[in-house]
Amino acid sequence: MLLGLAAGASILAVAIIGLIIYEIVNSASPAISKYGLGFFGHQTWNNYTVFGAATLIFGTVVTSAGALLIAAPLGIAIGLYLSLFSARRTAAIIGPLVEMLAAVPSVIIGLWGIIVLGPFLRSTIEPWLHDALGFIPLFGTPSATGSGVFTAIIVLGIMALPIIAAITRDLFLTVPSELKDGALALGATRWEMVRGVVLSSMRPGIASACILGVSRALGEAIAALQVIGSVFQISSNLFAPGNTLGATIAIQANADNSKLQVASLFYLALVLLAIELLVNLAAQAIVRHYRVPSASGPTIVAAGAPN
Amino acid sequence: MSNKTQTRSPYSVMDEPHSEIDAATAPVVAPLAIEVADSKDETPPSREVVFDLRDVSVYYGQALAVAGVSLEIHRNQITAMIGPSGCGKTTILRSLNRMNDSVSSFRLTGSCTYHGNDLYASGVDAVEVRRRIGMVFQRPNPFPKSIYDNIGWAPRILGMRDNLDERVEKALRGAALWDEVKDRLKTSALGLSGGQQQRLCIARSIAIEPDVLLLDEPCSALDPISTASIEDLMQDLKNDYTLVIVTHNMQQAARVAERTAFFSLDVSGGQRKGILVEYDDTATIFTRPADKRTEDYVTGRFG
Repeated sequence: MLLGLAAGASILAVAIIGLIIYEIVNSASPAISKYGLGFFGHQTWNNYTVFGAATLIFGTVVTSAGALLIAAPLGIAIGLYLSLFSARRTAAIIGPLVEMLAAVPSVIIGLWGIIVLGPFLRSTIEPWLHDALGFIPLFGTPSATGSGVFTAIIVLGIMALPIIAAITRDLFLTVPSELKDGALALGATRWEMVRGVVLSSMRPGIASACILGVSRALGEAIAALQVIGSVFQISSNLFAPGNTLGATIAIQANADNSKLQVASLFYLALVLLAIELLVNLAAQAIVRHYRVPSASGPTIVAAGAPN
Repeated sequence: MSNKTQTRSPYSVMDEPHSEIDAATAPVVAPLAIEVADSKDETPPSREVVFDLRDVSVYYGQALAVAGVSLEIHRNQITAMIGPSGCGKTTILRSLNRMNDSVSSFRLTGSCTYHGNDLYASGVDAVEVRRRIGMVFQRPNPFPKSIYDNIGWAPRILGMRDNLDERVEKALRGAALWDEVKDRLKTSALGLSGGQQQRLCIARSIAIEPDVLLLDEPCSALDPISTASIEDLMQDLKNDYTLVIVTHNMQQAARVAERTAFFSLDVSGGQRKGILVEYDDTATIFTRPADKRTEDYVTGRFG
């Protein structure tokens, strides 16, 4: 009976995924047959007539990559601190707080992005970066409103951060104390031990943590919509407004859209789904490919326990 | 004879000439039917002291783990620490190279000197201590890297990059592992057998040319053949290094060590704490122990 329920639930989950994919492909088919693969290269998105996804794919990829660039080093640093460097009591306080950051609804982070972060970036960080590094096209004219790709990168980075921090922390806690002791006994400093033994043996796990973090950024619709400015353009200037797949799907899904527009939105959904699935498959492939047998199994002997 | 005297700044190791213990003397069958490595050579009184522990006690938080240990460990000898579980042998061993530093509640009182320098003085860098006093652990703990990188990792971070290939080969030869692995240096160390992994860990330790090797029950996870090869290796290593071994195996102590320290548990006063009962030449410990508790232990009456 219980077995049947469990099996049924699993089948239901698979069925739902299948149904969603079928529904998306089916609904997108008018746009697929009209635009074909040209959809990916076309930059114009004109609300009743012409639909191309290039600016949205660009915005999605840039914001997610930027978010990863910010969240990965910070998240790994937090993970290292909580698992290896902080006192147990400190970790017991900070750890749950970091995890709570993942529980803040994205619409609230987006709201904070509009009210606090955007104006701050526009008045302080963006002019400073522009003055210092303005010769690089990435740091062009600061945004007029505080909304833009740069703001979205930071908001999405904040959303990816707790995921990467929590997963890498748990990962680093699994490094056997025998390995860490082995490195320290060779006259390595703690940081050399971290680099030589912890980080290098956990590379695949760290990559998976980053991919899970970036997949949250990729799929985020509301927070991105709130801070990115919703302009269909490809700009080398990070401070300029842009748009993402998720944000466009979220804002444009109205009942009174034209048939082609609805189909195009479903086509966007298909692209987003494909990106997410690819990223997830990549994570699984990395874990499978690099899975190394653990050197000495899970830690059983607490380091330094009296005999 | 010694090739490890070049980088010794904070601890000036006196390189006095010292007599070699002749470990090859025919084993004497002791009355207690345990073979003893050597018994003829009395330790010369002038033998150089590497570690000098005076009234060392170790606490974990408020709990007294080991009480009042005093012993000297001599250069180019193998010193064994034996005793029942929980008697503090490993705690004392790990105190010799500051491996207990990572235990936040750890506290040591008394004096623990290494070549006359207080290991627990405020200015002493534990990293530098471990650089000179290597350690091999109970379970083989090779890094999940290639055989070559297991050996080469520490020399690289310690700035001994020159002639790394030769250094790796020398370390592997020193640990009697070279012939078995020379054709697969780039393969993962995790593919080696347990005994090979433990010899790799010894090779890894001697690659950075330490002064002392601490061995914490190095054979407890190994089969008898691997154990024999590690014991043979220890006899070779003591020409260049000072060795301290913790072992549960009395026969092993009798086979390899010149000096043996017997630790036991003291439960008087309602407090369980480890104490050093007796420390003497191995032959004495196993044939004519001064203390009744030592005799009971080495004859197998308890423990």
